[in-house]
Amino acid sequence: MHTVEARAARIADPWGERTPYGPGEHWPERVDVQLADGLTERDVESWHRSASILHSNGDALDIAVKDGRIVGVRGRADDRVNHGRLGPKDLFGWQANSSPDRLTRPLVRRDGELAQASWDEAMDAVVRRSKQLLEQKGPGALAFYTSGQLFLEDYYTLALIARAGIGTNHLDGNTRLCTATAAEALKETFGCDGQPGSYTDIDHADTIVHYGHNVAETQAVLWQRVLDRRAAPDPPTLICVDPRRTPVAEEADLHLAPLPGTNLALMNALIQELIANGRIDRDYIERHTVGFAELAEQVAGCSPEWAARICDVSAADIRAAAQAISASERLFSTVLQGFYQSHQATVSAVQVNNVHLLRGMLGRPGCGLLQMNGQPTAQNTRETGANGDLPGFRNWANESHVEELARIWNVDPLDIPHYADPTHAMQIFRYCEQGSIGFLWISCTNPAVSLPELGRIREVLAREGLFVVVQDIFLTETAELADVVLPAATWGEKEGTFTNADRTVHLSEKAVDPPGDARADLDIFLDYASRMGFTDRDGEPLVKWADARSAFAAWQDCSRGRPCDYSDMSYDDLRHGGGRQWGGERLYADGRFWSHPDFCESYGKDLMTGAALEPVEYRSLNPDRKAILKAGAYVAPHETPTEDYPLFLTTGRTIWHFHTRTKTRRAPELHAAAPDVWVELSRDDAERVGVADGDMVAVESPRGRVEAEARIGTARSGVVFVPFHFGYWDSAGVDQRPRAANELTRTEWDPASKQPLYKLGACRVRKLP
Amino acid sequence: MSIDLAIERTAEAERELAEQLLQCGERHGAEHDVFDLTRSRAQQAQANLERLASAAARYGTQIDREPSGSGVVVTLREKTSELLGRRPQPGLLLLADLEQLHLRASRASLAWIALAQAAQAAKDPELLSIASDCHPETLRTLRWTTQKVKESAPQALAAR
Repeated sequence: MHTVEARAARIADPWGERTPYGPGEHWPERVDVQLADGLTERDVESWHRSASILHSNGDALDIAVKDGRIVGVRGRADDRVNHGRLGPKDLFGWQANSSPDRLTRPLVRRDGELAQASWDEAMDAVVRRSKQLLEQKGPGALAFYTSGQLFLEDYYTLALIARAGIGTNHLDGNTRLCTATAAEALKETFGCDGQPGSYTDIDHADTIVHYGHNVAETQAVLWQRVLDRRAAPDPPTLICVDPRRTPVAEEADLHLAPLPGTNLALMNALIQELIANGRIDRDYIERHTVGFAELAEQVAGCSPEWAARICDVSAADIRAAAQAISASERLFSTVLQGFYQSHQATVSAVQVNNVHLLRGMLGRPGCGLLQMNGQPTAQNTRETGANGDLPGFRNWANESHVEELARIWNVDPLDIPHYADPTHAMQIFRYCEQGSIGFLWISCTNPAVSLPELGRIREVLAREGLFVVVQDIFLTETAELADVVLPAATWGEKEGTFTNADRTVHLSEKAVDPPGDARADLDIFLDYASRMGFTDRDGEPLVKWADARSAFAAWQDCSRGRPCDYSDMSYDDLRHGGGRQWGGERLYADGRFWSHPDFCESYGKDLMTGAALEPVEYRSLNPDRKAILKAGAYVAPHETPTEDYPLFLTTGRTIWHFHTRTKTRRAPELHAAAPDVWVELSRDDAERVGVADGDMVAVESPRGRVEAEARIGTARSGVVFVPFHFGYWDSAGVDQRPRAANELTRTEWDPASKQPLYKLGACRVRKLP
Repeated sequence: MSIDLAIERTAEAERELAEQLLQCGERHGAEHDVFDLTRSRAQQAQANLERLASAAARYGTQIDREPSGSGVVVTLREKTSELLGRRPQPGLLLLADLEQLHLRASRASLAWIALAQAAQAAKDPELLSIASDCHPETLRTLRWTTQKVKESAPQALAAR
């Protein structure tokens, strides 16, 4: 298995061999192993439990160690998530840990250059600037921008430090870019975050719909589960909604390719068809939901013909999709960036929730819904309040929730800012641009490549008067702009837990020591808290834990009684029992939701403007423990093709890379599989601009340009696709081509979830000489 | 009966709201959400005007449907906004503009209430249905200005 040939095979076929299984049967185990050249499992000295860190699926694995180094990975056959399988990024990505260019010493900017420094010097600089700004300008001058790739214990500690230590409202994660809409859509419909479904729903489903979710490339092992059902008798019907011809679209029985920005028109037409044909569960709707009349009224005029004109999809295909959903008795749906990062994101994602509520298909085997996550630990960013929520899915607009949190932290409720929605990432960068934020601590993310409109973001980060701290494992494009760089430990070098997109929690053990002076993220945050001297209302240290295990214990207290309740699972359980879901296998089996006004995480928003509903308005909806059917009218996007920029632009992921390739670029097999950016064009668009497959082209938008090789045939007519992983750290001095997709993207976000719209803009393409 | 007057007043209020929305967006072009949302809400206000125009004809009056503010003036305002927006502390200016927007939206909302009452008293179901469809959109704009003030005030006023 560990030969060069096996390696090439998993690159040629990233999903591996089929292990077919029928409805309701057990998904067969298949253990994937990848070890360094020449090693066999007998050579491995120790194995350490963990899970995938390069996507959100949460595939359980063991990390192989020999001579104090990570030498490979092996999937865990006994884990509920993956039954032994691993995706290509997991099989090869671990090699990045021992890259020679890891950050091993802190860096401090002196005379314009980043120079090596001691931890004391670096932390002193950070603390000095923090205290100075707190004194001169107050807590609103400090901001924290974190990740979807740290561990639960890191986020919870950071949330406590930012909210109750500094007292700032400016803490968000890059989860804003990937799962903010998932969280918001769940809150709007069910009153609270939390994925209703389970991966095991695939074992039972008779119909599977992937909405804007290229699962084959984003969750390769989940896709294997679908393919294995499809390879056996009595397979589920598969429907794909995606403007590109992705591997999912290739496999699907029905592929709908709406124009970018038109998802809501399509969804409203699907819902109208269900209602008009009476394919709804009136009893379920009556007993478990509110808002049906408004929804029915909103979609009343939305015929398949109407949507067909807007989406450029045939009315017959829309009818066929509605019929398949109507005929289904076990419907499983997933949603991802095709909806989350596009126009009318939240209200479109909410309509998928509505399909399940209207059909009464939740909480039973095969009847499941997952508003997917993009990153491995995004769920924890949301749970612990390191994004725009309070810890434990508490409602910042509910005084009793804030008081409860203040009791747990032993601080005054006024010390926890809760006067408005916590500041979202895009607004944090706007305040940095304005100059009202003077301190930005970025942990484990690379906004200089991943945020929209990079020309602007680079200017903001380089702005005089903005003190930038970057905590990372490599000198990223963002770290190069920092004032202080803190070298961190990563997966396999530190202990902690994280939770996947179907609420499965895994423990990730420390397998090896971090290189040089690099420190665990938790230790860095704890050191900062201690140097800042944060105290509780009794003058005792605010952060009362010293390591991951005690941080987790504190989180168990904080989450007790809330929906994401971790109080019944300990480190020992996770170490010996493997992956475990909070909330049980499926939520809402009894049709009782977490929407009660005293319990819910959010009172909801107006989905067209993002304006928050007042508590009294929410109560008058009378949700008690019912789900809320929310509706919205389709309106045209703000930027559409023009004469100058005649094509739609959309951006996205590929199976070989993650985020901005900080790790995957350093795994030789993954790099070789996708060494450079490319541009996908439809055949007719390519003809129109005179471009052949393999030609170099320039893609230009009103914001900037990208130069790349053209690939022809996978995009739909009128749409250009550029993968977003590629930046500049590995091309500097070699190749000056602009190649980051976000040179092109527009600074715009969904009004409710505040997620940037990476999948909607206008562009033009021309052939380069 | 002065229903024609009530229609004219409502139309004027909606038209002024649309103008104010467009101006606010242009002045705060660097606040990207303000820019996009004010344009969306202005479109909605114009859609409200279209609906009113049909009723106006029935009551023998005419309303001006086009908000002023286009062409050279807009380009100039957009340029100014770019210059203003990239400078520190435009937060106070935004608060002041949101306050003006809020007042215009309130005025339009009250006009819709009066019109709806009059439509009921005059037993004009068509006019009543226009008011019931359009007024929630004005309230939505009003609610958004409240939200935006809540969000923006702490940073503009307390972060110094």
